[in-house]
Amino acid sequence: MSPQRRNADRGRMVRGDGGGSSVLPLDVDAVIGDPTTRIVVCCGSGGVGKTTTAAAIALRAAEQGRRVCVLTIDPARRLAQSMGLTELDNVPRPVEGVGGTGSLDAMMLDMKRTFDEVVEAHASADKARTILDNPFYQALSSSFAGTQEYMAMEKLGQLYAEQGGSGGGSRWDLIVVDTPPSRSALDFLDAPERLSSLLDGRFIKLLLAPARGPARLFSAGFGIVTSALNKVLGAQVLTDVQTFIAAFDTLFGGFRQRAEATYALLQAPGTAFCVVAVPEPDAMREATYFVDRLSGEKMPLAGLVVNRVTEVAGELDADGAEVAARQVEDADDETSARVAGLLRVHASLGRVREREDRLRRRFAAAHPSVPTIAVPALPTDVHDLDGLRTIGSLLTRPA
Amino acid sequence: MTTPPPRLHVVTGKGGTGKTTVAAALAMALAGEGRRVLLCEAEGRQGIARLFDLAPLPYEERRIAVGRGGGQVHALAIDAESALIEYLDMFYKLGRAGKALDRFGIIDFATTIAPGVRDVLLTGKVYEAEKRRDRDGRHVYDAIVLDAPPTGRITRFLNVNQEVAGLAKVGPIRKQADAIMSLLHSRRTKIHLVTVLEEMPVQETSDGIAELSASGLPVGHVLVNLVRTSPLDDAARKAVLAGHLDAGAVGDTLAAAGLDGTPGLADALLAEGVAHVERLDLQDAQRAVLAGADHPVVEIPFLTDGVDVGALYELAGHLAPVAGSTEDDA
Ligand SMILES: Nc1ncnc2c1ncn2[C@@H]1O[C@H](COP(=O)(O)OP(=O)(O)OP(=O)(O)O)[C@@H](O)[C@H]1O
Ligand SMILES: Nc1ncnc2c1ncn2[C@@H]1O[C@H](COP(=O)(O)OP(=O)(O)OP(=O)(O)O)[C@@H](O)[C@H]1O
Ligand SMILES: [Mg+2]
Ligand SMILES: [Mg+2]
Repeated sequence: MSPQRRNADRGRMVRGDGGGSSVLPLDVDAVIGDPTTRIVVCCGSGGVGKTTTAAAIALRAAEQGRRVCVLTIDPARRLAQSMGLTELDNVPRPVEGVGGTGSLDAMMLDMKRTFDEVVEAHASADKARTILDNPFYQALSSSFAGTQEYMAMEKLGQLYAEQGGSGGGSRWDLIVVDTPPSRSALDFLDAPERLSSLLDGRFIKLLLAPARGPARLFSAGFGIVTSALNKVLGAQVLTDVQTFIAAFDTLFGGFRQRAEATYALLQAPGTAFCVVAVPEPDAMREATYFVDRLSGEKMPLAGLVVNRVTEVAGELDADGAEVAARQVEDADDETSARVAGLLRVHASLGRVREREDRLRRRFAAAHPSVPTIAVPALPTDVHDLDGLRTIGSLLTRPA
Repeated sequence: MTTPPPRLHVVTGKGGTGKTTVAAALAMALAGEGRRVLLCEAEGRQGIARLFDLAPLPYEERRIAVGRGGGQVHALAIDAESALIEYLDMFYKLGRAGKALDRFGIIDFATTIAPGVRDVLLTGKVYEAEKRRDRDGRHVYDAIVLDAPPTGRITRFLNVNQEVAGLAKVGPIRKQADAIMSLLHSRRTKIHLVTVLEEMPVQETSDGIAELSASGLPVGHVLVNLVRTSPLDDAARKAVLAGHLDAGAVGDTLAAAGLDGTPGLADALLAEGVAHVERLDLQDAQRAVLAGADHPVVEIPFLTDGVDVGALYELAGHLAPVAGSTEDDA
């Protein structure tokens, strides 16, 4: 059964929160407790808590007995340290201090190294050298917008292959993937396509033409183009591009093939996407795009994590608290002044929460079938295993 | 002798910390009476249009707001493809060949794919707007504000022309690259970093400052956004955290004001108070880290009701110290 179905079934019995209205609750324990779940992908727009959520889910799954590998991308320094992610060797290493019967390996993606390794693995030593030394390859592998997403996919494919497909005796039985800090959550899904279209572009075909085929492919138009480019860029640049493209050409097919295989993997029922957002307009809009896209691509959505929700205790609403603060203040002694201060703190929390609730209600109204869980904003950063455990438990109960 | 005020303000920062908002507010702050300010967006996301509640901006400068001091704020969403065509036209008069470039998908290739080209074009357009003069030889814009890529990419973005200079050893491209580099490395430019008072963004800011400085790029202000203020003074904060304010006393005070109808209110208020003070302490710790860096810091408050055009004027008020250094009388 797909995670989507599982959640739908469970949702019928339980009513959760959702900023006041009832929505399906997302139960992360059910997702990671299901042995058929093999990959969990945490995605969302920048800074919403993808890395934290991925690490928390991975740790929780490990402590519940699964053999987990978590692929993190640019974790905060202290969190990385607490997970032992100090070796930058681009392979998973065991995390110390994990309880329970399972295991947790973690790694931090090194995008350039992943790219280099792909080149080295798929080209002859000579050719690999030519590619690695080419200035265009160097720029592409370290700064092309999308390379990080693409390499995250590549690494996921590698880890999954190492996992050994269907499990039994393999090193891991669950891979949790963090996604790069892109502005748009969709970048993760679009990057491979973007790279493919680079590799398939008309211009590239033309540049490759001399290497591949008869000179007549040099149409008159192309002559003008080359001379224009030479004029603009200088002949060396064009030669560099050409050398790079020619050397890289035989790798293109492999790249595309693997990207397609990973994409298919993401559509498989053993995958569960957790879309992470914070209750702010931009992040919720990105989450909406992403959820719609996942359903368009038939990718299995586990649900939405609304992270860093403002917690308000008690029943008193913002306006009530403001009025009360003014009343209390009248007494004009130190305690009263402080209580008035606390009431004002409560009032501003209440006001922020009201805005957050409105956003969440809107999302729920548009996506009534998407299971959702709200994780409160903790007063401090999440930077150690205990912090991850706290987030992990908050991920499994309605806030 | 006073140094001339900066003309180009580059606003960077960690993603989502408020670069677009702060850049817009800074443009408003710079647009004093009789002044014209250009607010540029380099990332093709139409963040400015969204912020000002406008239809998507075309590749064309247009007036979008009146500044805080009555001047004009113009906006431009720089799109790399249009910039490339404009650029080729300007420098090479390519004519038929220019069209051919488009036909062969090179414009597309160059702007979306070829590493660095996009950044070359974006910085090139900013450079062009900065130096543009009217018929009387006066600068068309008194100041330019660039809503720039995030901290992680800013140094590379601003130094892209150095890479170009490395690739193109001679010719007009090289000349242009050198001219852009000298603007970006001069006193006419200031790079401001937007951050929030949290560990990771502050760390990223420190790293960013170090990286920018190391490559000779002029760092301006650290703009601390989303600063939460507190209705509690220092003594009250200490008392809350130390548990000196107990639920009984709070309950009595509430009751004395006739507020005993809400069960558990005292406990709830205290719990929120503790979390609130913990957060403020965390803010203070990060504030201390930033104070250690050698750059002026300006704080911008978190607006509980969110940001709209009206709120930008309020934020612009907080940015006066940044804009002030560019005022003629400063
Ligand atoms: N529920 C929470 N309460 C308090 N702090 C949180 C919470 N979730 C995440 N954080 C903190 O927010 C910051 C950003 O989180 P994180 O790094 O996980 O985001 P991200 O989505 O991976 O960001 P990026 O897009 O930059 O990769 C971190 O400092 C983290 O400790
Ligand atoms: N001072 C403020 N008070 C309240 N909300 C703010 C403030 N500054 C920014 N915001 C809000 O924070 C969100 C992010 O701001 P903004 O879009 O300016 O960030 P950004 O750094 O440009 O993001 P991106 O990296 O995605 O381009 C917006 O919803 C904005 O309205
Ligand atoms: Mg992250
Ligand atoms: Mg922005």
